[in-house]
Amino acid sequence: MSFDSDYAGAYEAITEEHDDTRWAFGTGFSDPLAGVDTTVPPDVDGADLAAYCQMLGDDALIMSHRLQEWCTRAPELEDEVAVANIGLDLLGQARFLLARAGTADGTGRGEDDLAFLRGELEFRNVRLAELVNGDFAHTMARLLVFTTWRLALLAHLVDSNDPVLAAIADKGVKELTYHRDYAARWVIRLGDGTAYSRERMQAGLAAVWPYLDELFRPHEVELRLAAAGVAVDPSTVREEFDAVLAEVLAAATLDAPEVAPLPGVAGRYGRHGVHTEAMGYLLAELQSVRRVHHEGARW
Amino acid sequence: MSGDAAAVSPRSQWPLYEVFVRGKRGLNHVHVGSLHAPDDEMALRHARDLYTRRNEGVSIWVVRAEYITASSPDEKDPFFAPSGDKVYRHPTFYEIPDNVPHM
Repeated sequence: MSFDSDYAGAYEAITEEHDDTRWAFGTGFSDPLAGVDTTVPPDVDGADLAAYCQMLGDDALIMSHRLQEWCTRAPELEDEVAVANIGLDLLGQARFLLARAGTADGTGRGEDDLAFLRGELEFRNVRLAELVNGDFAHTMARLLVFTTWRLALLAHLVDSNDPVLAAIADKGVKELTYHRDYAARWVIRLGDGTAYSRERMQAGLAAVWPYLDELFRPHEVELRLAAAGVAVDPSTVREEFDAVLAEVLAAATLDAPEVAPLPGVAGRYGRHGVHTEAMGYLLAELQSVRRVHHEGARW
Repeated sequence: MSGDAAAVSPRSQWPLYEVFVRGKRGLNHVHVGSLHAPDDEMALRHARDLYTRRNEGVSIWVVRAEYITASSPDEKDPFFAPSGDKVYRHPTFYEIPDNVPHM
């Protein structure tokens, strides 16, 4: 799944100029990085930029993996496709971000190398993303929190001094707006539903709430890049996040859970590579095929 | 979502909706399939997820299947056969200018 020549060929076959033969399958596909200067800006630290792209990319990759686990298990066929679509959107964001990380740090590692050949300590996603799936209400609670937070970040990132990050954010904002809408509707439907659905929804919120504070705790890389106008300091979007959550919870007649945040380990969190027990199992499944095929599997 | 949970009786299945999508190249909405959804707004979102994921559409209509009144196959002959031999109903007796599209 790398951006090699046959991938570009597939894009070409279905873009606007060539869509006369394939129009029945959908037309007008576009490359979000078309015309974007992909050289790292001279005043931006390549290693920091790569680390930051891995943070945002790993959030999307790991969250996508958890959503993919709903395939064949969602309560309704329609929602199964909806959840899978959201997972695919996030996987797409992860691909662009990890590919950017591989070029920014000068190692030339591809998106596959970063996704499949790094160890647990090298993953920089927030721990919220790796939580084991609970019931559907739990997944909707996590999705609401994750997408509200990420949408707020990417909405600011569209002004990044790195043109690639800005282009990826611009694409992501439209996707995440829909993801957040989908999750919010389910949280409201279940919260303001029957007594039983409300109980399950409230329990789902309680399960993800300890992972909230970490989302707004800036890593030193984020702070350095935010000062350079490249990244967003996550602590600056807390207010916006709280306002959105308060609106959804009020409509859902749910209460914000009163639970203590999950502490880090000696002040280190997911962004530093410190993860929960669930992460090792997740990576084992995610990476097993690629690690067995040392020559590199094609798919 | 009225908040009055007692007033809503549980259903064993979500109602059926029919979905109509207008493509970028299409002038009108075309029936593309059906789906189940708990209400109109969710039906619209499910339609987006099920029927426009390959960039097919720019507009969606959904309607509860039970609100569609359809002709019956039993009525096929009295409904449609009488128009089969009335070619004069076609406006074929004048030239359409080349610059009039979509005719």
